[in-house]
Amino acid sequence: MAEGVHLTTPLTDEVIDTLTIGTHVTFTGVIYTARDAAHKRLIELMKNGQELPVDLRGQVIYYVGPTPPRPGAVIGSAGPTTAMRLDPYTIPMLELGLKGIIGKGGRGPAIREAIKQHHAVYCIAVGGAGALLNRHIKSAEVVAFEDLGTEAIRRLGVEGFPAIVVNDCRGNDLLESGKAQYRTSERPIPAVKSLGG
Amino acid sequence: MREITAGQITETVARLAVEATHFLPEDVEGAIRSAKTTERNPLAVQILEEILENAEIARTRMLPLCQDTGSAVVHVEIGQDVHVTGGYLIDAINEGIRRGYGEGFLRKSIAARPFSARTNTGDNTPGIIHTEIVPGDQLKLHFMPKGGGCENMSRYQNFLPGMGKAAVIDFVCETVDMSGGNPCPPLVIGVGIGGTAEKAMTMAKHTLFRKIGSRHPDEEVAALEDELLEAVNALGVGPQAVGGSTTALDVFVDTFPTHITALPVAVNIQCHSARTKEAVL
Repeated sequence: MAEGVHLTTPLTDEVIDTLTIGTHVTFTGVIYTARDAAHKRLIELMKNGQELPVDLRGQVIYYVGPTPPRPGAVIGSAGPTTAMRLDPYTIPMLELGLKGIIGKGGRGPAIREAIKQHHAVYCIAVGGAGALLNRHIKSAEVVAFEDLGTEAIRRLGVEGFPAIVVNDCRGNDLLESGKAQYRTSERPIPAVKSLGG
Repeated sequence: MREITAGQITETVARLAVEATHFLPEDVEGAIRSAKTTERNPLAVQILEEILENAEIARTRMLPLCQDTGSAVVHVEIGQDVHVTGGYLIDAINEGIRRGYGEGFLRKSIAARPFSARTNTGDNTPGIIHTEIVPGDQLKLHFMPKGGGCENMSRYQNFLPGMGKAAVIDFVCETVDMSGGNPCPPLVIGVGIGGTAEKAMTMAKHTLFRKIGSRHPDEEVAALEDELLEAVNALGVGPQAVGGSTTALDVFVDTFPTHITALPVAVNIQCHSARTKEAVL
């Protein structure tokens, strides 16, 4: 694995400025897990004017639903889930000050724009590498929605958690430029669309 | 008539669930290793290395390869001279899933009442069980923990009967192109052509039990598999969609005669964690 740019959470605007697409990064500090069901509840809380269980300012959300830990272990296998499914929920999170997101796959055009507008960063961890990523998670504690099981919000303590920058704060997209660079097909590239959108 | 007990079936399914989710099949690992030598994008090569390292960690530390331990897809080939005793076959398989996902610390990912409550069933049952009666006195179990990210990128379309091979290639390429990183490339792609809608999709799914590098016995179909693999790998999607020459590890096709009005095409996508395991009783 390539040596990455070391990031400690929470993220500052100055650090986000330095990140460009294709850069390997490693996260150390606290990150929060949330997937579809947790996002849906966060949005409902916001609609009802209630306080959220986590202050998102400067924070990083990791889209993951881990396997249960074996006895004595901190967490099970814990790789990223498809980020595009979270597109419908992402803009309100950025508006609350969320600065970093870790998932897999690309984002729809509206989210790329919002990431730029809110001066944030979207990274991918390698999807399907949940055993490898487990090794970088040193603590895990449920902080909200325990009834959601694997989809509960967890506070993870991570060390050197590896990821790659896909959408930077200048509106660049690694997946778009990567495909264009390595495409030998004559077929026209279809437009990227958010899932369910 | 040969007797096989429900208990044997349960025990076998439980074992297959744990083994399939922890041990990457040799043919898949070999294909990733080989892709590492041909991949043009250095960033993509690093991703392939991480995938191999992940397989090693999963195997040696008994951690699931991926946190998405899937819908439990079980294809059972039942010899017509087999008599299952001591319980109902489907119950026996679901009990095996329940036990394997519980004792193996696997993720339970099945939501009941899909359009409303979406309550987790808590034990990853019910499995998606396909039964097929075959000649002989053996019972063969094929197990596939099928992840949501790739399954969700499945597509079906019926084309005009005269549209032929070009329609198939366009449809498969468009599906892979639009899916991007969502299904976790490099992929294994299953394609079913012909039959009816459900027949086409079932064929597409069943091809994913084949070994990487194997080819359909029919020469024309085998040639289409090669052509599709080349077309998909020219798209530039690459591992995890960061760009690259390795978008798919293989493409498998199966066909069935179809109605004079139809050209059904189904695509079922498998991620690089192409987990399958079989047992014969």
